[in-house]
Amino acid sequence: MSDPRVAGAGVTAFGKHPERTGRDLFAEAGLEALDASGVAPEDVDALYYGNFMGELAEHQGHQGPLMAEAIGVDAPATRFEAACASAGAAVRSAVRDLRNGEAEVVVVGGAERMTNIGTAAATDALAIAADDLYEVRAGMTFPGAYALMARSYFDQYGGSREDLAHIAVKNHEHALVNDHAQIQKEITVEDAIEAPTIASPLGLYDSCPITDGAAAAVLTTAEYAADHGLDAPVAVTGTGQGGDNLALQDRPHLAQTPAADKAAEEAYADAGVGPDDVDVAEVHDCFTIAEVLAIESLGLYERGEGIHAATNGETDRHGDLPVNLSGGLKAKGHPVGATGVAQLATVAWVLDGSHPRADAVPDGTVGVAHNAGGTVASTTVHVLEVRE
Amino acid sequence: MTEPAPDGEYDEWLDAIEADEGYYVECANGHGWLPPRRVCPECGSRELTAEPLPDSGEIVTHSTITVATPQFEDDAPYVTAIADFGPVSVTGLVRGVDPEEVEMGAVVGVEVGERETTGDRAVVFRPR
Repeated sequence: MSDPRVAGAGVTAFGKHPERTGRDLFAEAGLEALDASGVAPEDVDALYYGNFMGELAEHQGHQGPLMAEAIGVDAPATRFEAACASAGAAVRSAVRDLRNGEAEVVVVGGAERMTNIGTAAATDALAIAADDLYEVRAGMTFPGAYALMARSYFDQYGGSREDLAHIAVKNHEHALVNDHAQIQKEITVEDAIEAPTIASPLGLYDSCPITDGAAAAVLTTAEYAADHGLDAPVAVTGTGQGGDNLALQDRPHLAQTPAADKAAEEAYADAGVGPDDVDVAEVHDCFTIAEVLAIESLGLYERGEGIHAATNGETDRHGDLPVNLSGGLKAKGHPVGATGVAQLATVAWVLDGSHPRADAVPDGTVGVAHNAGGTVASTTVHVLEVRE
Repeated sequence: MTEPAPDGEYDEWLDAIEADEGYYVECANGHGWLPPRRVCPECGSRELTAEPLPDSGEIVTHSTITVATPQFEDDAPYVTAIADFGPVSVTGLVRGVDPEEVEMGAVVGVEVGERETTGDRAVVFRPR
Protein backbone atom coordinates (compact mmCIF):
# COMPACT_ATOMS: atom_id res chain seq x y z
CA MET A 1 0.00 0.00 0.00
CA SER A 2 1.50 3.34 -1.00
CA ASP A 3 1.55 6.51 1.02
CA PRO A 4 -1.72 8.28 1.87
CA ARG A 5 -2.51 11.54 0.10
CA VAL A 6 -3.78 14.80 1.53
CA ALA A 7 -6.84 15.28 -0.65
CA GLY A 8 -8.05 18.49 0.96
CA ALA A 9 -7.92 20.53 4.15
CA GLY A 10 -9.88 23.22 5.92
CA VAL A 11 -9.11 25.53 8.81
CA THR A 12 -11.37 28.04 10.57
CA ALA A 13 -10.16 31.48 11.44
CA PHE A 14 -8.23 30.98 14.69
CA GLY A 15 -8.96 33.50 17.41
CA LYS A 16 -11.47 34.54 20.01
CA HIS A 17 -14.87 33.12 19.13
CA PRO A 18 -16.24 32.48 22.62
CA GLU A 19 -19.81 32.20 21.38
CA ARG A 20 -19.07 29.53 18.78
CA THR A 21 -19.69 25.93 19.83
CA GLY A 22 -17.07 23.27 19.17
CA ARG A 23 -19.44 21.45 16.87
CA ASP A 24 -19.93 24.56 14.72
CA LEU A 25 -16.19 25.25 14.57
CA PHE A 26 -15.49 21.70 13.46
CA ALA A 27 -18.36 21.71 10.96
CA GLU A 28 -16.84 24.72 9.21
CA ALA A 29 -13.37 23.17 8.96
CA GLY A 30 -14.62 19.68 8.11
CA LEU A 31 -16.97 20.79 5.35
CA GLU A 32 -14.27 23.00 3.88
CA ALA A 33 -11.90 20.02 3.84
CA LEU A 34 -14.49 17.75 2.21
CA ASP A 35 -15.29 20.39 -0.41
CA ALA A 36 -11.61 20.98 -1.13
CA SER A 37 -10.97 17.25 -1.52
CA GLY A 38 -13.82 16.45 -3.86
CA VAL A 39 -14.52 13.31 -1.81
CA ALA A 40 -18.15 12.32 -1.30
CA PRO A 41 -19.12 12.17 2.39
CA GLU A 42 -20.50 8.63 1.93
CA ASP A 43 -17.00 7.44 0.97
CA VAL A 44 -15.56 8.43 4.36
CA ASP A 45 -14.61 5.29 6.31
CA ALA A 46 -13.78 6.95 9.63
CA LEU A 47 -13.31 10.23 11.48
CA TYR A 48 -10.32 10.57 13.80
CA TYR A 49 -10.78 13.70 15.85
CA GLY A 50 -8.56 15.48 18.36
CA ASN A 51 -9.83 17.41 21.36
CA PHE A 52 -8.25 18.04 24.74
CA MET A 53 -10.46 20.00 27.13
CA GLY A 54 -14.01 19.58 25.86
CA GLU A 55 -15.29 18.32 29.21
CA LEU A 56 -13.93 21.37 31.02
CA ALA A 57 -14.68 24.03 28.42
CA GLU A 58 -17.98 22.81 27.00
CA HIS A 59 -19.11 20.08 29.41
CA GLN A 60 -19.01 17.82 26.38
CA GLY A 61 -17.45 14.39 26.26
CA HIS A 62 -17.95 11.72 23.58
CA GLN A 63 -17.24 14.18 20.82
CA GLY A 64 -16.40 11.72 18.01
CA PRO A 65 -19.92 10.95 16.81
CA LEU A 66 -21.02 14.52 17.51
CA MET A 67 -18.39 15.82 15.11
CA ALA A 68 -19.06 13.19 12.42
CA GLU A 69 -22.70 14.26 12.49
CA ALA A 70 -21.65 17.92 12.31
CA ILE A 71 -19.91 17.32 8.97
CA GLY A 72 -22.61 15.05 7.56
CA VAL A 73 -20.57 11.87 7.78
CA ASP A 74 -22.09 8.54 8.83
CA ALA A 75 -18.96 6.62 9.84
CA PRO A 76 -17.25 5.37 13.00
CA ALA A 77 -15.76 8.35 14.80
CA THR A 78 -13.21 8.33 17.61
CA ARG A 79 -11.78 11.11 19.69
CA PHE A 80 -8.04 11.14 20.35
CA GLU A 81 -6.58 12.81 23.43
CA ALA A 82 -2.84 13.36 23.78
CA ALA A 83 -2.99 16.90 25.20
CA CYS A 84 -1.72 19.35 22.56
CA ALA A 85 -0.69 16.42 20.31
CA SER A 86 -4.25 15.05 20.10
CA ALA A 87 -4.70 15.81 16.41
CA GLY A 88 -1.22 14.54 15.55
CA ALA A 89 -2.15 11.23 17.16
CA ALA A 90 -5.36 11.20 15.11
CA VAL A 91 -3.36 11.74 11.90
CA ARG A 92 -0.98 8.93 12.80
CA SER A 93 -3.81 6.45 13.26
CA ALA A 94 -5.37 7.49 9.97
CA VAL A 95 -2.08 7.10 8.10
CA ARG A 96 -1.58 3.61 9.49
CA ASP A 97 -5.14 2.51 8.69
CA LEU A 98 -4.89 3.83 5.14
CA ARG A 99 -1.58 2.04 4.62
CA ASN A 100 -2.85 -1.19 6.12
CA GLY A 101 -5.83 -1.27 3.80
CA GLU A 102 -8.27 -0.84 6.70
CA ALA A 103 -9.69 2.31 5.11
CA GLU A 104 -9.64 4.24 1.84
CA VAL A 105 -10.78 7.64 3.13
CA VAL A 106 -10.33 9.04 6.65
CA VAL A 107 -11.22 12.53 7.82
CA VAL A 108 -8.75 13.76 10.45
CA GLY A 109 -9.23 16.90 12.44
CA GLY A 110 -9.70 18.56 15.75
CA ALA A 111 -11.37 21.44 17.49
CA GLU A 112 -11.03 23.34 20.72
CA ARG A 113 -13.22 25.97 22.33
CA MET A 114 -11.21 27.77 25.01
CA THR A 115 -11.85 31.49 25.31
CA ASN A 116 -15.46 31.05 26.52
CA ILE A 117 -14.17 30.06 29.98
CA GLY A 118 -11.71 32.95 30.38
CA THR A 119 -7.93 33.03 30.80
CA ALA A 120 -7.78 31.78 34.40
CA ALA A 121 -9.99 28.74 33.79
CA ALA A 122 -8.25 27.98 30.49
CA THR A 123 -4.85 28.15 32.25
CA ASP A 124 -6.25 25.72 34.82
CA ALA A 125 -7.60 23.40 32.12
CA LEU A 126 -4.31 23.38 30.20
CA ALA A 127 -2.42 22.52 33.39
CA ILE A 128 -4.15 19.14 33.63
CA ALA A 129 -1.83 17.88 30.88
CA ALA A 130 0.87 17.94 33.58
CA ASP A 131 1.17 15.53 36.55
CA ASP A 132 -1.61 16.65 38.86
CA LEU A 133 -0.13 15.29 42.09
CA TYR A 134 3.50 16.24 41.69
CA GLU A 135 3.43 19.25 39.35
CA VAL A 136 0.08 21.06 39.35
CA ARG A 137 -0.11 20.93 43.15
CA ALA A 138 3.33 22.56 43.27
CA GLY A 139 1.97 25.49 41.29
CA MET A 140 3.11 24.40 37.84
CA THR A 141 1.23 26.08 35.01
CA PHE A 142 1.94 25.40 31.36
CA PRO A 143 3.95 28.57 30.86
CA GLY A 144 5.63 27.69 34.16
CA ALA A 145 6.64 24.25 32.90
CA TYR A 146 8.21 25.66 29.74
CA ALA A 147 9.84 28.39 31.82
CA LEU A 148 11.54 25.65 33.87
CA MET A 149 12.77 24.08 30.61
CA ALA A 150 13.91 27.46 29.25
CA ARG A 151 15.96 28.29 32.34
CA SER A 152 17.52 24.84 32.25
CA TYR A 153 18.37 25.34 28.55
CA PHE A 154 20.02 28.72 29.22
CA ASP A 155 21.96 27.14 32.10
CA GLN A 156 23.24 24.21 30.06
CA TYR A 157 23.68 25.66 26.58
CA GLY A 158 23.52 29.45 26.88
CA GLY A 159 21.20 31.74 24.96
CA SER A 160 19.04 34.56 26.23
CA ARG A 161 15.58 36.07 26.31
CA GLU A 162 16.67 38.10 23.30
CA ASP A 163 17.18 34.91 21.28
CA LEU A 164 13.67 33.79 22.25
CA ALA A 165 12.32 37.21 21.27
CA HIS A 166 13.69 36.71 17.74
CA ILE A 167 11.53 33.58 17.45
CA ALA A 168 8.42 35.54 18.42
CA VAL A 169 9.29 38.36 16.01
CA LYS A 170 9.80 35.86 13.17
CA ASN A 171 6.56 33.98 13.76
CA HIS A 172 4.54 37.19 14.07
CA GLU A 173 6.00 38.36 10.76
CA HIS A 174 5.18 35.06 9.08
CA ALA A 175 1.53 35.34 10.19
CA LEU A 176 1.00 38.78 8.63
CA VAL A 177 -0.38 37.23 5.42
CA ASN A 178 -2.13 34.26 7.08
CA ASP A 179 -5.78 35.25 7.26
CA HIS A 180 -6.50 32.27 9.53
CA ALA A 181 -4.05 33.61 12.14
CA GLN A 182 -5.22 34.91 15.50
CA ILE A 183 -2.53 37.60 15.68
CA GLN A 184 -1.53 39.57 12.60
CA LYS A 185 0.67 42.15 14.20
CA GLU A 186 4.33 42.86 13.61
CA ILE A 187 6.40 43.12 16.79
CA THR A 188 10.00 44.03 17.60
CA VAL A 189 12.57 42.30 19.79
CA GLU A 190 12.17 45.19 22.24
CA ASP A 191 8.38 44.68 22.38
CA ALA A 192 8.91 41.04 23.27
CA ILE A 193 11.56 41.66 25.90
CA GLU A 194 9.65 44.48 27.55
CA ALA A 195 6.31 42.61 27.64
CA PRO A 196 4.94 41.54 31.03
CA THR A 197 6.40 38.36 32.52
CA ILE A 198 4.09 35.34 32.72
CA ALA A 199 6.51 32.87 34.24
CA SER A 200 10.13 33.98 34.37
CA PRO A 201 12.10 33.87 32.12
CA LEU A 202 9.09 33.78 29.74
CA GLY A 203 6.98 36.83 28.93
CA LEU A 204 3.73 37.49 27.15
CA TYR A 205 5.28 37.31 23.68
CA ASP A 206 7.00 34.02 24.43
CA SER A 207 3.58 32.42 24.82
CA CYS A 208 0.96 31.36 22.29
CA PRO A 209 -2.50 32.85 22.80
CA ILE A 210 -5.60 31.04 24.02
CA THR A 211 -7.54 30.15 20.89
CA ASP A 212 -10.85 28.87 19.57
CA GLY A 213 -10.66 27.05 16.27
CA ALA A 214 -10.82 23.87 14.26
CA ALA A 215 -8.93 22.13 11.47
CA ALA A 216 -9.67 19.13 9.27
CA ALA A 217 -8.11 17.21 6.40
CA VAL A 218 -9.27 14.43 4.15
CA LEU A 219 -6.68 11.66 3.75
CA THR A 220 -7.11 8.96 1.13
CA THR A 221 -5.07 6.09 -0.24
CA ALA A 222 -3.03 6.95 -3.33
CA GLU A 223 -5.16 4.43 -5.24
CA TYR A 224 -8.42 6.10 -4.20
CA ALA A 225 -7.02 9.51 -5.20
CA ALA A 226 -5.95 8.17 -8.62
CA ASP A 227 -9.22 6.30 -9.24
CA HIS A 228 -11.29 9.38 -8.43
CA GLY A 229 -9.11 11.87 -10.26
CA LEU A 230 -8.34 13.85 -7.11
CA ASP A 231 -5.85 16.70 -7.19
CA ALA A 232 -3.76 15.44 -4.26
CA PRO A 233 -0.05 15.88 -4.99
CA VAL A 234 1.13 15.75 -1.36
CA ALA A 235 1.61 12.43 0.45
CA VAL A 236 2.22 11.63 4.09
CA THR A 237 5.33 9.51 3.70
CA GLY A 238 6.46 9.14 7.29
CA THR A 239 4.85 8.90 10.70
CA GLY A 240 6.44 8.66 14.14
CA GLN A 241 5.40 9.00 17.75
CA GLY A 242 7.41 9.12 20.94
CA GLY A 243 6.69 9.24 24.66
CA ASP A 244 8.44 10.30 27.86
CA ASN A 245 7.87 10.48 31.62
CA LEU A 246 4.88 12.74 32.24
CA ALA A 247 6.49 14.81 35.00
CA LEU A 248 9.54 16.96 34.28
CA GLN A 249 11.06 15.99 37.63
CA ASP A 250 11.37 12.38 36.45
CA ARG A 251 13.38 13.18 33.32
CA PRO A 252 17.17 13.03 33.25
CA HIS A 253 17.45 16.16 31.11
CA LEU A 254 15.21 19.24 31.30
CA ALA A 255 16.48 20.92 28.14
CA GLN A 256 15.94 18.07 25.72
CA THR A 257 12.77 16.42 24.40
CA PRO A 258 13.58 12.75 23.74
CA ALA A 259 9.95 11.93 22.86
CA ALA A 260 10.38 14.18 19.83
CA ASP A 261 13.78 12.64 19.03
CA LYS A 262 12.12 9.22 18.91
CA ALA A 263 9.18 10.45 16.84
CA ALA A 264 11.49 12.17 14.36
CA GLU A 265 13.81 9.18 13.97
CA GLU A 266 10.85 6.91 13.32
CA ALA A 267 9.18 9.30 10.86
CA TYR A 268 12.40 9.94 8.90
CA ALA A 269 13.17 6.21 8.68
CA ASP A 270 9.59 5.53 7.63
CA ALA A 271 9.82 8.13 4.84
CA GLY A 272 13.38 7.24 3.86
CA VAL A 273 14.58 10.81 4.31
CA GLY A 274 16.82 12.60 6.77
CA PRO A 275 16.94 16.04 8.40
CA ASP A 276 19.11 17.34 5.53
CA ASP A 277 16.27 16.68 3.09
CA VAL A 278 13.77 18.87 4.95
CA ASP A 279 12.78 22.06 3.11
CA VAL A 280 10.19 23.43 5.54
CA ALA A 281 8.95 22.66 9.06
CA GLU A 282 5.89 23.46 11.14
CA VAL A 283 6.82 22.85 14.78
CA HIS A 284 4.99 23.05 18.09
CA ASP A 285 6.00 26.50 19.40
CA CYS A 286 3.46 26.80 22.21
CA PHE A 287 6.27 28.82 23.81
CA THR A 288 9.30 30.25 22.02
CA ILE A 289 11.66 27.84 23.81
CA ALA A 290 9.57 24.95 22.46
CA GLU A 291 10.56 25.87 18.89
CA VAL A 292 14.22 25.61 19.91
CA LEU A 293 13.73 22.19 21.52
CA ALA A 294 11.73 21.03 18.48
CA ILE A 295 14.24 21.95 15.78
CA GLU A 296 17.00 20.28 17.81
CA SER A 297 14.98 17.08 18.28
CA LEU A 298 14.13 17.06 14.58
CA GLY A 299 17.87 16.96 13.89
CA LEU A 300 17.71 20.27 12.04
CA TYR A 301 20.13 21.75 14.60
CA GLU A 302 22.70 20.33 17.00
CA ARG A 303 21.91 20.47 20.74
CA GLY A 304 22.51 23.96 22.02
CA GLU A 305 22.55 25.49 18.53
CA GLY A 306 18.82 25.85 17.88
CA ILE A 307 18.58 28.87 20.15
CA HIS A 308 20.52 30.97 17.62
CA ALA A 309 18.56 29.93 14.50
CA ALA A 310 16.01 32.73 14.50
CA THR A 311 18.51 35.33 15.73
CA ASN A 312 20.69 34.47 12.72
CA GLY A 313 17.75 34.63 10.31
CA GLU A 314 18.14 31.00 9.30
CA THR A 315 14.56 29.94 10.08
CA ASP A 316 12.65 32.95 8.80
CA ARG A 317 11.00 32.98 5.38
CA HIS A 318 14.18 34.29 3.78
CA GLY A 319 16.38 31.72 5.50
CA ASP A 320 17.62 28.32 4.37
CA LEU A 321 15.10 26.41 6.47
CA PRO A 322 11.86 28.31 7.11
CA VAL A 323 10.19 27.22 10.34
CA ASN A 324 6.54 27.99 11.10
CA LEU A 325 5.61 29.86 7.94
CA SER A 326 2.01 29.83 9.23
CA GLY A 327 3.07 32.00 12.16
CA GLY A 328 3.26 28.94 14.36
CA LEU A 329 1.18 28.42 17.46
CA LYS A 330 2.69 31.70 18.62
CA ALA A 331 0.86 33.93 16.13
CA LYS A 332 -1.50 31.64 14.25
CA GLY A 333 -2.98 30.51 17.57
CA HIS A 334 -3.28 27.18 19.36
CA PRO A 335 -6.75 25.62 19.56
CA VAL A 336 -5.17 22.65 21.32
CA GLY A 337 -7.00 19.69 19.81
CA ALA A 338 -6.88 21.15 16.29
CA THR A 339 -3.21 22.13 16.14
CA GLY A 340 -1.74 18.89 14.75
CA VAL A 341 -4.03 18.94 11.73
CA ALA A 342 -3.60 22.69 11.22
CA GLN A 343 0.15 22.00 10.98
CA LEU A 344 -0.42 19.16 8.51
CA ALA A 345 -2.63 21.43 6.40
CA THR A 346 -0.01 24.19 6.42
CA VAL A 347 2.79 21.88 5.28
CA ALA A 348 0.57 20.43 2.52
CA TRP A 349 -0.41 23.92 1.33
CA VAL A 350 3.21 25.14 1.37
CA LEU A 351 4.33 22.12 -0.66
CA ASP A 352 1.49 22.37 -3.21
CA GLY A 353 2.12 26.10 -3.57
CA SER A 354 -1.25 27.32 -2.32
CA HIS A 355 -0.11 28.77 1.04
CA PRO A 356 0.46 32.55 1.11
CA ARG A 357 4.03 31.92 2.33
CA ALA A 358 4.72 29.11 -0.18
CA ASP A 359 7.04 31.48 -2.06
CA ALA A 360 9.57 30.98 0.76
CA VAL A 361 10.29 27.47 -0.58
CA PRO A 362 9.29 27.50 -4.27
CA ASP A 363 11.13 24.24 -4.96
CA GLY A 364 10.31 22.58 -1.65
CA THR A 365 9.40 18.90 -1.80
CA VAL A 366 9.82 17.68 1.79
CA GLY A 367 8.15 19.12 4.89
CA VAL A 368 7.75 18.00 8.50
CA ALA A 369 5.05 18.64 11.08
CA HIS A 370 6.01 18.30 14.77
CA ASN A 371 3.13 18.21 17.26
CA ALA A 372 3.93 17.99 20.99
CA GLY A 373 1.69 17.26 23.95
CA GLY A 374 2.20 18.50 27.50
CA THR A 375 5.86 19.19 28.20
CA VAL A 376 6.61 16.94 25.24
CA ALA A 377 5.66 13.67 26.96
CA SER A 378 3.79 12.89 23.72
CA THR A 379 5.05 13.87 20.28
CA THR A 380 4.07 13.01 16.74
CA VAL A 381 6.17 13.82 13.69
CA HIS A 382 4.88 13.50 10.16
CA VAL A 383 6.88 13.79 6.93
CA LEU A 384 5.03 15.12 3.88
CA GLU A 385 6.38 14.94 0.34
CA VAL A 386 5.29 16.06 -3.08
CA ARG A 387 4.38 13.01 -5.20
CA GLU A 388 2.91 14.01 -8.52
CA MET B 1 -20.31 17.78 52.19
CA THR B 2 -18.43 14.60 51.60
CA GLU B 3 -14.83 14.77 52.74
CA PRO B 4 -12.59 14.33 49.67
CA ALA B 5 -10.84 10.96 49.58
CA PRO B 6 -7.07 11.10 50.11
CA ASP B 7 -4.84 10.42 47.14
CA GLY B 8 -3.39 7.17 48.48
CA GLU B 9 0.39 6.98 48.53
CA TYR B 10 0.79 10.64 47.53
CA ASP B 11 -0.90 11.87 50.71
CA GLU B 12 0.97 9.24 52.72
CA TRP B 13 4.20 10.61 51.24
CA LEU B 14 3.23 14.15 52.27
CA ASP B 15 2.44 12.81 55.78
CA ALA B 16 5.92 11.30 55.88
CA ILE B 17 7.56 14.57 54.76
CA GLU B 18 5.58 16.39 57.46
CA ALA B 19 6.82 13.90 60.06
CA ASP B 20 10.38 14.50 58.86
CA GLU B 21 10.48 10.91 57.60
CA GLY B 22 10.56 11.65 53.87
CA TYR B 23 11.30 8.77 51.55
CA TYR B 24 11.51 7.80 47.91
CA VAL B 25 11.06 4.50 46.13
CA GLU B 26 14.13 2.77 44.71
CA CYS B 27 14.40 -0.21 42.37
CA ALA B 28 17.02 -2.96 42.43
CA ASN B 29 19.07 -0.99 39.90
CA GLY B 30 19.10 2.21 41.92
CA HIS B 31 16.52 4.23 39.96
CA GLY B 32 14.58 6.56 42.26
CA TRP B 33 10.95 7.66 42.02
CA LEU B 34 8.16 9.18 44.09
CA PRO B 35 5.18 7.02 45.07
CA PRO B 36 2.98 5.34 44.01
CA ARG B 37 5.10 3.04 41.82
CA ARG B 38 4.67 -0.70 41.28
CA VAL B 39 7.31 -0.96 38.61
CA CYS B 40 10.42 1.04 37.70
CA PRO B 41 9.57 2.81 34.43
CA GLU B 42 13.28 2.90 33.61
CA CYS B 43 14.24 -0.78 33.90
CA GLY B 44 11.04 -2.68 34.64
CA SER B 45 12.22 -3.89 38.05
CA ARG B 46 9.37 -4.66 40.47
CA GLU B 47 11.66 -4.94 43.48
CA LEU B 48 10.94 -1.53 44.91
CA THR B 49 11.90 -0.44 48.41
CA ALA B 50 11.34 2.76 50.37
CA GLU B 51 14.57 4.61 51.11
CA PRO B 52 15.11 7.75 53.19
CA LEU B 53 14.94 10.96 51.15
CA PRO B 54 18.26 12.82 51.38
CA ASP B 55 18.10 15.77 53.76
CA SER B 56 18.71 18.44 51.12
CA GLY B 57 18.57 19.00 47.39
CA GLU B 58 19.86 21.49 44.84
CA ILE B 59 17.64 23.69 42.70
CA VAL B 60 18.17 22.68 39.07
CA THR B 61 15.61 25.05 37.57
CA HIS B 62 13.02 27.56 38.79
CA SER B 63 10.41 30.04 37.60
CA THR B 64 8.59 32.92 39.23
CA ILE B 65 4.99 32.47 38.14
CA THR B 66 2.88 35.61 37.90
CA VAL B 67 -0.06 34.33 35.83
CA ALA B 68 -1.51 31.60 38.04
CA THR B 69 -4.45 29.22 37.94
CA PRO B 70 -7.42 30.07 40.18
CA GLN B 71 -6.07 27.57 42.76
CA PHE B 72 -2.92 29.70 43.16
CA GLU B 73 -4.41 33.16 42.58
CA ASP B 74 -3.49 34.55 46.01
CA ASP B 75 -0.12 32.79 46.02
CA ALA B 76 1.09 34.62 42.90
CA PRO B 77 3.75 35.67 42.32
CA TYR B 78 5.35 32.49 43.61
CA VAL B 79 8.38 30.40 42.73
CA THR B 80 8.08 26.82 41.49
CA ALA B 81 11.32 24.86 41.28
CA ILE B 82 12.67 21.39 40.64
CA ALA B 83 15.25 20.28 43.20
CA ASP B 84 17.63 17.38 42.66
CA PHE B 85 17.86 15.23 45.80
CA GLY B 86 20.25 12.75 44.19
CA PRO B 87 18.27 9.58 43.55
CA VAL B 88 15.08 11.60 42.86
CA SER B 89 14.07 15.09 41.90
CA VAL B 90 11.08 16.84 43.46
CA THR B 91 8.92 19.79 42.34
CA GLY B 92 7.93 22.34 44.97
CA LEU B 93 7.22 25.93 45.94
CA VAL B 94 10.27 27.90 47.06
CA ARG B 95 9.64 29.92 50.22
CA GLY B 96 11.75 31.82 52.70
CA VAL B 97 13.70 33.66 50.02
CA ASP B 98 12.88 36.64 47.83
CA PRO B 99 11.83 35.40 44.34
CA GLU B 100 14.51 37.61 42.80
CA GLU B 101 17.14 35.90 44.96
CA VAL B 102 16.39 32.28 44.01
CA GLU B 103 19.46 30.82 42.34
CA MET B 104 20.39 27.76 40.34
CA GLY B 105 22.29 25.34 42.54
CA ALA B 106 20.87 26.73 45.79
CA VAL B 107 20.62 24.09 48.53
CA VAL B 108 17.12 23.54 49.93
CA GLY B 109 15.31 21.31 52.37
CA VAL B 110 11.80 19.99 51.79
CA GLU B 111 8.72 20.39 53.98
CA VAL B 112 4.94 20.53 53.64
CA GLY B 113 3.29 23.94 53.57
CA GLU B 114 -0.10 25.35 52.66
CA ARG B 115 -1.28 27.07 49.50
CA GLU B 116 -2.31 30.59 50.41
CA THR B 117 -5.31 30.48 48.09
CA THR B 118 -6.93 27.20 49.08
CA GLY B 119 -5.16 26.05 52.25
CA ASP B 120 -4.35 22.74 50.52
CA ARG B 121 -1.07 21.05 51.32
CA ALA B 122 1.88 21.67 49.03
CA VAL B 123 5.54 20.63 48.80
CA VAL B 124 7.68 23.55 49.95
CA PHE B 125 11.43 24.10 49.63
CA ARG B 126 13.35 26.35 52.01
CA PRO B 127 16.99 27.40 51.80
CA ARG B 128 19.36 25.33 53.92
